[in-house]
Amino acid sequence: MNSPVPSVVSARDLGLAFQTNDGPVHALTGVNLDIKKGDFVSFIGPSGCGKTTFLRVIADLEKHTSGGIEINGMSPQQARESRAYGYVFQAAALYPWRTIEKNIALPLEIMGYAKSEQQKRIAETLDLVNLSGFGKKYPWQLSGGMQQRASIARALAFDADLLLMDEPFGALDEIVRDHLNEQLLKLWERTNKTICFVTHSIPEAVYLSTKIVVMSPRPGRVTDVIESTLPRERPLDIRESPEFLEIAHRVREGLRAGHSYDE
Amino acid sequence: MKPDSFKDKIVPVSTILLVIVAVWYVAAVLMNTPFQRDMDKRANVERSQVEFIGATLAQPKPILPAPHQVIVNVYENTFLRSVTSNRSLVYHAWVTLSSTAVGFLFGSLLGILIAVGIVHVKVLERSLMPWIIASQTVPILAIAPMVIVVLGAINITGLLPKALISTYLSFFPVAVGMVKGLRSPEIMHLDLMRTYNASATQTFFKLRVPASVPFLFASMKVAVAASLVGAIVGELPTGAVAGIGAKLLAGSYYSQTIDIWAALVAGSVLAALLVSIVTIVGRLVDKAMGGKPA
Repeated sequence: MNSPVPSVVSARDLGLAFQTNDGPVHALTGVNLDIKKGDFVSFIGPSGCGKTTFLRVIADLEKHTSGGIEINGMSPQQARESRAYGYVFQAAALYPWRTIEKNIALPLEIMGYAKSEQQKRIAETLDLVNLSGFGKKYPWQLSGGMQQRASIARALAFDADLLLMDEPFGALDEIVRDHLNEQLLKLWERTNKTICFVTHSIPEAVYLSTKIVVMSPRPGRVTDVIESTLPRERPLDIRESPEFLEIAHRVREGLRAGHSYDE
Repeated sequence: MKPDSFKDKIVPVSTILLVIVAVWYVAAVLMNTPFQRDMDKRANVERSQVEFIGATLAQPKPILPAPHQVIVNVYENTFLRSVTSNRSLVYHAWVTLSSTAVGFLFGSLLGILIAVGIVHVKVLERSLMPWIIASQTVPILAIAPMVIVVLGAINITGLLPKALISTYLSFFPVAVGMVKGLRSPEIMHLDLMRTYNASATQTFFKLRVPASVPFLFASMKVAVAASLVGAIVGELPTGAVAGIGAKLLAGSYYSQTIDIWAALVAGSVLAALLVSIVTIVGRLVDKAMGGKPA
């Protein structure tokens, strides 16, 4: 294709300040970023660097206070109102009184999909996250990893090309996390979605991403944007390749640079 | 039954029960002694110690009836009388129960309605909440006769005035519990609705209402007991001829202490029954909503 890949998210000098009694706190300052369709972008940085805040600005869960941001060429509010994205939270946030399939049906019910279409999509997304056969279970009957997969299925069920994930695997142990990372890559490959992924794990960020955004705190800002040179096809043991380690090193350097003025 | 429920529940509860019964018997003997001694003196009866104690526990109008006297009275007036008889406790319990049920239903509906209003309209929270709290500081014994008299003046008598007093007592716990329940969803669950661009109505029915159900049942347990108290209090000033309250009043007019205690037992059983029903319905609903078995 010769036509340029369209921007899904484009931020220009974006800033967000919370007003507190001790004066404004700058959660984000001067963020310039372009996320292209089909990208897998990770946001990495220590707590307080504004990575979650940035994701919430994209989702119109927070309002930016300066600069500009467009999602598919729209304001965040318009994008939210046109249901442009699916959001996966730090916790699975499944409704405990709904079965897994009813949880996946929740956005579909709200968006007015027909019953038959709901059934079809539930079956499809359950299959996508390898939870077929668990549709009738209640959330508490599933392990933490399975619950998080169900919440990903819920975010995939409706037609949003953008998937926003806020440390979705942060509360899981490393073995489950590895497994889910692998599945997430396959899922990204199959669905061709644009994914924004917040994490504080360097290997996770390097393993998953086509683009890594390194951020640092006080004030929250972007210190480095790394385009990954890794191939799209990534077996787990790619993490021992020199190329992988080199990128991981650059991420670590970026994080250290952001921290240095602190000490 | 779980293997430990005998050791963990039945033994401690029945131990306390035995202690209460023992204390009760001792108290009955002591409190009925002066009157018994008086009577014996007048009738010139000489009794042994054991016979005397037996007599204190068998008076027709004792100051404090013995447990077995109350049990016998409850048994006779529950099982040996036709349920339409004026002496049947079942009959009186039914009268009280029907106004309790109506009042509880009104009260729960009113409480839910108020809670929905308070949660959605900021002005209502500020204007209504202080009045709701103030309403519960007014002694119900002062309000009950006025309600009955005022309604009686416009020819509303019988079940409805009593039910209204139950409503007055029972809407409060439901309103307070439901305000808490409707506000109980986590931020994350609310954010999720926002990402779907859900309307306030959708958020209400798909999130706030289901999240409030446990709060509803917890508050309804309190409300149903309060409704019963309301119905009984409502029967006191009316000179009602039927109902647990009427039975209590009649008993105290004629010093039928055993009858009073029997009515008290009937009222307690009724309360336990009502609370149990709400608890069981609550458990069934919880189970139907995928609740994790405890």
